Amino acid sequence: MANFDIKSIIKEENKIYSKSPVLTDKEMHYCPGCSHGVVHKLVAEIIDEMDIQDKTIGVSPVGCAVLAYDYIDIDWQQAAHGRAPALATATKRLMPEKYVFTYQGDGDLASIGTAEIMHACNRGENITVIFINNAIYGMTGGQMAPTTLLGMKTSTSPYGREAELHGHPLKITELIAQLPGVDYVTRQSVQNAAAVRKAKKAIKKGFENQNKKKGTSFIEIVATCSSGWKLSPVDSNKWMEDNMFINYPIGDIKVND
Amino acid sequence: MGELKLMKGNEVIAEAAIRFGCDGYFGYPITPQSEIMETLMLRKPWEDSGMVVVQAESEVASINMLYGGAACGKRVMTSSSSPGLSLMLEGISYLAGAELPCLIVNVVRGGPGLGTIQPSQADYNQATKGGGHGDYQTLVLAPSSVQEMHDFVELGFDLAFKYRIPALILTDGVIGQMMEKVVLSEHKPRWTDEEIQKISGDWATTGKKKSRDRHIATSLHLVSENQEAHNHKLQAKYRKIEEVETRYEEFMTEDADYLIVAYGSSARISRKAVQLARANGIKVGLLRPITVWPFPTLRIQNLAEKVKGILSVEMSAGQMVIDVKLAVNGKIPVEHYGRYGGIIPSPGEVIEALKQKLIEGK
Repeated sequence: MANFDIKSIIKEENKIYSKSPVLTDKEMHYCPGCSHGVVHKLVAEIIDEMDIQDKTIGVSPVGCAVLAYDYIDIDWQQAAHGRAPALATATKRLMPEKYVFTYQGDGDLASIGTAEIMHACNRGENITVIFINNAIYGMTGGQMAPTTLLGMKTSTSPYGREAELHGHPLKITELIAQLPGVDYVTRQSVQNAAAVRKAKKAIKKGFENQNKKKGTSFIEIVATCSSGWKLSPVDSNKWMEDNMFINYPIGDIKVND
Repeated sequence: MGELKLMKGNEVIAEAAIRFGCDGYFGYPITPQSEIMETLMLRKPWEDSGMVVVQAESEVASINMLYGGAACGKRVMTSSSSPGLSLMLEGISYLAGAELPCLIVNVVRGGPGLGTIQPSQADYNQATKGGGHGDYQTLVLAPSSVQEMHDFVELGFDLAFKYRIPALILTDGVIGQMMEKVVLSEHKPRWTDEEIQKISGDWATTGKKKSRDRHIATSLHLVSENQEAHNHKLQAKYRKIEEVETRYEEFMTEDADYLIVAYGSSARISRKAVQLARANGIKVGLLRPITVWPFPTLRIQNLAEKVKGILSVEMSAGQMVIDVKLAVNGKIPVEHYGRYGGIIPSPGEVIEALKQKLIEGK
C-alpha cells in the first residue's frame, strides 16, 4: 500500500465542503444532539448562497435560540418572548427591500406568541418564519410546551400530558396554513442527511419567496431536545421519528406554485 | 408662519407625525385616542411619503412593532390610552434596555382597571418611574395645549434619538379631545437611508456590510458584570438628561406667597385659578412641569425658599405631589388637591383647596 499521508488529502481540489463564512466561529451553547445547530448552519448557508448577508435581518426569540445572534453573522433584533413576528412586521414594512426572518421555538411561537404569529401570517407579512418544534421548553429546563405530545413527561407534566388537565398538542402549523395571507407552509426535520437536504430546500424557498411578495412563508422544523427529553442524541432522533412524526407529519402543507 | 388651523388634539398628533417625517405608526384602537390612527388611515401618508401605518392586533404587538422599527433607525411611534399603556410596559422596558428611540403617546383616562374613558392624570407614576420591570426611565413630555401636542411630536423624536431613549407624550382626554387653534409645521421629509446611516449607522440593524461588525438590538446581558455595566451606562444617561433636558414654565411666581405645581390640563385650570386668586388678593404663582421626567426638582427647591406653601394639583389621588415633596424635603408645607375618576377640577375648587389646606390651615 502506498504511503498514505493526511496532507496528501488536504488539498483545494479535494475540498467538497466548508463552513459558511456567515456562520461565526463562536462555539455553540446548544446541547449535543440539538437540532438548533443544524438549522443555524442551513440558514447561514442559504444567506451565503443567495449573497444576502448585507440585506438580511434576523429576529431571535426568547428560548434556547435567544443567542442565535452569536452564531449567524448578520444584523439581528432580539425580541421579547413571542413577539418576533411584530418586530419582523415593522422591519419588513419599513425596509421592504431587505430579507427578514424570525426564528422561534414552540413556546415562543405557539404559546405566548400565538396572537403575534397568527396576525402576522393573516396580514400576509412578506417574511420567513422558521419554527423549531421540539415539544418542550428547553431553555427553562424542560417544561410542557403547547406542542408537547399526550403522555409525554415534562417537569410540569411529570405524570405525562393529559388532555383533560393540559389540553391537546397544538397543531399551530395546520392552523396557519388555513390563513389566506400565507403563501408557503411546510414541515421538515433535520435528523439525517436526506432530511437536512429537504429542510434546506424548504428554508431556501422561504427566503426566495420574499422576492415574489406573495405572503408569509412558514417552515416548521420538527426537532429534538435530548436534554429535555432525557434521551441520548441517537435515541432522541428515533423517538422523534416514532412519536413526533405521527402528530406532526413531515411534508408540504401549503404550496401555491 | 405655518398653516393656522382649528384642530382636535388627537388629530394634531397624527398631522404632526406626517409633517415631521415619522416613518411608521403602529397602534390599536382605544378611547379616548382612536382619532390618531383614524386620522392617519384617512390621510394615507404612505401614498405621499411612504410612511407606514399599521393597525396591530394588540398594544403588545404595536409596541413590539416599534421595537423592530426603532432597531432599523426609523422614526416610529404608537399611541394608546391607560389600559393599553399597561400592556405596552414589557415592550417599553425592552426598548429602554436596548436603547432604542421611539415615541409613545398616552392619552390618559381614569383607572384602575377598565376605569372610565374620561380624562385623568393617574398614570403619572407609571410614566415617570419607568413603569415596567428593571431600572429605567422614559423621557416624558406633558403638553397642556393642542399646539404643544403638535410641537412635542418633533421634540419627542429629537430627544428620543439624541439619547436613544423611548420618549413619551403624557397627555389626557381633555387635551386629546379638545379643539384649539394650532400652527402646523411645514412638511419635513422622512430621513433618507444616507441620513439614517449618519445618525444611527453605528447601531441600526439595516443589514450587515462586510466592512462592519453585525449590529444586535438586544436588552440581554447574561453575565452580571455586563448587566451592571449596562445599568451604569443607562443611569449616567438619565443623570445627563436630568441635567440638560428639564423643562418647565412659570406663571406669576416672582412675587408669589404660594405656589401651585400642575402639568397638562391641570396646569390650564390652575393658571385660571392663579388669576382669580390674585384678583382676590392672594399672591399665587404656577410652576408647570413640561417634562415630568426629568422633573424640575431644583427649581421647586429654589421656589420653596421663597413661598409659604405648595399645592400640587393633579387629576389623580396624589402622585406628582410625592415628587414635589421630595424636592421640598420638608422645608415648607406641601399639599395635594385632586379630582379623579374622570372629573375635572374647577379653578374655584383649586382656590378653595389652596385656602383650606395652606392659607387658613396656618
